[in-house]
Amino acid sequence: MSTIASHKKRSGLMDWLTTVDHKKIGIMYLLGGLFFFLIGGIEALFMRLQLIKPENDMFVGETFNQLLTMHGTTMIFFAAMPILIGFMNCIVPLQIGARDVAFPFLNALGFWMFLFGGIMLNCGWFLGGAADAGWTAYAPLSTTSAGHGVDFYILGLQISGAGTLMGGINFLVTIINMRAPGMTFMRMPLFTWTSFVASLLILFAFPPLTIGLFQLMFERVFDANFFNADNGGNAIIWEHIFWIFGHPEVYILILPVFGIISEVVSTFAKKRLFGYSSMVFATVLIGFLAFMVWVHHMFTVGLGAVPNSIFAVATMAIAVPTGIKIFNWLFTMWGGKMKFTVANVWALSFIPTFVMGGVTGVMLAIPAADYQYHDSYFVVAHFHYVIVGGVVLGVFSGLYYWYPKIFNRKLNEKLGFLNFWLFFIGFHLTFFPQHFLGLLGMPRRVFTYLTGQHWDTMNFISTIGALMMGLGVIVLAVNMLISISSKYKVTSGDPWDGRTLEWAIPTPTPEYNFAQTPLVRGLDPLWVEKSAGNKEMTPAEPVGDIHMPNGSILPLIMSIGFFIAGFGFIYHHWLVAGVGIGIGLICMLLRSVIDDHGFHIHKEEVEADLRGVKA
Amino acid sequence: MNLSERFTDTNIPEHPEKATLEGKNKFVGFWLFLGGETVLFATLFGTYLGLRHMHGTGPTAKELFQLPTVFLATMILLTSSLTSVYAILAMKQNKIRAMQGWFFITLLLGLAFLGLEIYEFNEYVHEGHTFTKSAFSSSFYTLVGFHGGHVLFGCLWLISLLVRNWSRGLNLYNAPKYYLFALYWHFVDVVWVFIFTVVYLMGKVG
Amino acid sequence: MGFYEVMKKWLQKGRLVPLFAMMAFMLMGCGDPTISTLNPQGQVAKDQYSLMVLSIAIMTLVLVVVFLIYIIALFRFRAKKGDDSIPKQVEGNHLAEITWTVIPIILLIILAVPGVYGTFKASAGDKAPKNQIDLKVTAHQFWWEFEYPKEGVVTSQELVLPKNTKVHVELSSQDVLHSFWIPSLAGKTDTNPGDGTKTYTWLETGKTERVYKGKCAELCGASHALMDFKVKVVSESEYKDWLTNMKSATAKSTADTAAGQKVFKQNCMSCHAVGKDGGNTAPNLTGFGDKERIAGILDHNKENLKKWIHDPQKVKPGNNMPKFGGKLSDEDIDAVADYLMSLKLK
Repeated sequence: MSTIASHKKRSGLMDWLTTVDHKKIGIMYLLGGLFFFLIGGIEALFMRLQLIKPENDMFVGETFNQLLTMHGTTMIFFAAMPILIGFMNCIVPLQIGARDVAFPFLNALGFWMFLFGGIMLNCGWFLGGAADAGWTAYAPLSTTSAGHGVDFYILGLQISGAGTLMGGINFLVTIINMRAPGMTFMRMPLFTWTSFVASLLILFAFPPLTIGLFQLMFERVFDANFFNADNGGNAIIWEHIFWIFGHPEVYILILPVFGIISEVVSTFAKKRLFGYSSMVFATVLIGFLAFMVWVHHMFTVGLGAVPNSIFAVATMAIAVPTGIKIFNWLFTMWGGKMKFTVANVWALSFIPTFVMGGVTGVMLAIPAADYQYHDSYFVVAHFHYVIVGGVVLGVFSGLYYWYPKIFNRKLNEKLGFLNFWLFFIGFHLTFFPQHFLGLLGMPRRVFTYLTGQHWDTMNFISTIGALMMGLGVIVLAVNMLISISSKYKVTSGDPWDGRTLEWAIPTPTPEYNFAQTPLVRGLDPLWVEKSAGNKEMTPAEPVGDIHMPNGSILPLIMSIGFFIAGFGFIYHHWLVAGVGIGIGLICMLLRSVIDDHGFHIHKEEVEADLRGVKA
Repeated sequence: MNLSERFTDTNIPEHPEKATLEGKNKFVGFWLFLGGETVLFATLFGTYLGLRHMHGTGPTAKELFQLPTVFLATMILLTSSLTSVYAILAMKQNKIRAMQGWFFITLLLGLAFLGLEIYEFNEYVHEGHTFTKSAFSSSFYTLVGFHGGHVLFGCLWLISLLVRNWSRGLNLYNAPKYYLFALYWHFVDVVWVFIFTVVYLMGKVG
Repeated sequence: MGFYEVMKKWLQKGRLVPLFAMMAFMLMGCGDPTISTLNPQGQVAKDQYSLMVLSIAIMTLVLVVVFLIYIIALFRFRAKKGDDSIPKQVEGNHLAEITWTVIPIILLIILAVPGVYGTFKASAGDKAPKNQIDLKVTAHQFWWEFEYPKEGVVTSQELVLPKNTKVHVELSSQDVLHSFWIPSLAGKTDTNPGDGTKTYTWLETGKTERVYKGKCAELCGASHALMDFKVKVVSESEYKDWLTNMKSATAKSTADTAAGQKVFKQNCMSCHAVGKDGGNTAPNLTGFGDKERIAGILDHNKENLKKWIHDPQKVKPGNNMPKFGGKLSDEDIDAVADYLMSLKLK
């Protein structure tokens, strides 16, 4: 076998800008996502401060609308999704015994597009006002909104959405084609399974958003008439398109978290996941139903009793597979020997919290009752229970759990508990009263309210809770910062007595992940080997040369090109738009015409690494 | 076999596009991508179906469409799909010149289709059917234009593919690239069949 | 003790029953009767409330069961110090898995049947039945226009309706999406722009004479939070009188308010109407002196009215009324305010 000597070792910043290594891209996704999480959190705190008392005048009117729009958009697209995609990048290839992802170049491109999309969205703040039509951007409010805020929303989401789509395809192909010998579909860890289904949802849900955003853009920039009733357009079309994307989108967020919870609860109960097959079945079913229920966001639009009822029943049906999951987690706990590490405490707190969000979801599914809940604070409470109480608690669990694998450090457990209690109590204080605010008639997305409606105390409590959550996040940030100290270094590749393949890899994870591709002999492959008295996985191949992809600066340049083009479209400057698109196309052409065969890590190097680990 | 080593008639694999892991990944990935593209066009079709009667003061579909031109365009594109099939058959037999020839014809047909489409759009604009005229016109140009954009991108892709590999022969590295292009081209063709039916035929009938 | 024994014990001892009773009691009559969905006054809201109670009850049952298993598991299955033994690795349990698939399905059916029935009951066709009050609601940024087409009466911001009446409502919007919501009387229905997407709903006024609060429930721009309206439920005779007065109302003035009327005619009537005269792009001001609120949000007094005319953007950012401070002299604004406050129906 010949090798190609085109491998250039890059170091420092240049290494990060050109990397196609899924572990590094994962770290960049995580850090990028956490950065936007802080921004979205600050926006949330500003809103809660405005609502701390009736007729407050801190952030009113347009400013408040910008805050609520940017908070929602940032949290969904630029915090929750990238953090989860970061976990997928760091963990999925390791869990299936792969040395890499299927498309390393596209993976890097996806990350840079996400980052520049997020920057583009936030540019609005500095250039005349951010988007103000809600994260749902309902037309015609979005098509007639003055200034360029909504344009930044459209272009920012368009750029990052394309990146997400690439990420989705990448994970699908990685999981289909690159599993280690013996890693059958029904032996895949739940996190890999849920990432797989979430990627399928990305593949089929993002294209409608792409088209919807194009339509919004054409309407704003070129005076098209999709949603303009004066020229025969129909604003409800946007609602359909948005929610055909939007409902699967929330499942894209929650499914990987279901996976995280399954891994963490099972690991720390020292028990195999209860009802693995039904968990997989429930995951796939939820993924399928995700596309059948979008109209439940539109019960009050006036589509009629027949469509409303059909979508109501479909929505309720989702409670069944979700319930299966909850009970499987409960019975994974049952009979186990649970260790209360911080990671596990986050995961265990997820279960009742998410159930509370789930039951309000079933309540919202009844159209006639939803006429009362819809667009009130009840809905705000519901989706924060599933997104914060679900996704964020799960993300924090995953962060504490996989931190040693991703950063080779362990987070401080004492600070971890402080982080947990502040955030968890703060969360319930913030959102539990909001159920009642909604039932007492408070609409959502309002920048103020009059006194004398029984809303004042609960709004006050809610704001105090939000501040506590903010403190919790600060503690997390401190915890991550001090973990840089070598005191927190881990030496073992398996600090939690893990069950899945990622824990079979030494710390730090080698560039090629597995010196020898492992042979998988059952569900929870590492646990299988441990139970059989083996210290490590049985290799499926002898030590040999390992093929690796070359790094490239093109993904970064291409993303910058689309970023520039975005400004051209926003300011109707066609030359700039053309130059930006041109940069993107030239990068594609270069990628196509420059042969890139990757390089090989030689057998001798791998053997040397292996000796180093054993020594 | 080295990635950039020319195939010979004896060592060419039965499925050169799937002979390496990279090739397999591209093959599966591209099929998935086309799945996403299907949803993309479905959304455009949905919007068009919802708005196709909202022509306002502009011309209706019935008044506008000239079936002979569109039929000619359809025939051209269908033929180009056929020639790309011949190209891939030639590729699998390592007949590099034949493959290039068939792809070249495919490219010419694609360009001819684009020319017809531009001519057609130009006619429509002169009849008052501009992009901003009505909801019907906006959704029409967006749907058909998105397809036209796909044809244009396909032509550019094919040109770069042919130019880059003109004198290099076939190998494990470029065989999947040709194959994916052909897949893409068939997809674009299938979408056109739907456009022909849903937009033009249904527009004429009522 | 296994899971089934625990559940059996709890069910036998009937510990769940008082919990339900407590919850239903807690929810009853919650909040302000003019704006709370938990204190419904009209039949539409009452039907919706009963669906809410049913779903809350079933969901509380679910929560109790899940929390119970959860808490028991949490306390019983902790790792003891020094115990390094491996717990039994359980693959699953078919009976248990079937149980927690089938029971939720049954609960959902119990919920879905009345849910679907209620949804059909709440839906209104595009034609109002005979002898029913017919109402057209048109939403604007950021105010509400109410038209009684059978009577030829148009008013704004404050809806007047007789008690014990079922009203057929047709809704649309002049600009962006809004949503029409009177929590104590009926759930919300969106207002969409354009003729093709009109919506229809029912509204029942209940037996109490009272002023209910209405809200816009769909983000509609800078002053979405301030797009309030009122529903005055009055006796049948009061309603009749009100209609008669509205029909006969004209832009009359007395010697005291003649100056104000002149200013009003020159500056305001291209948009605002009083009686039959004036424009229709801004709220109809017939009977303005009797209203509950200024611009739907401020207390109804002359000072607030002057503040509003002076700079409407300060009160309701993003609304379409131009600023008159600086354009009109303070005396003129004062005169207009006097004139408007004098526009009483009786």
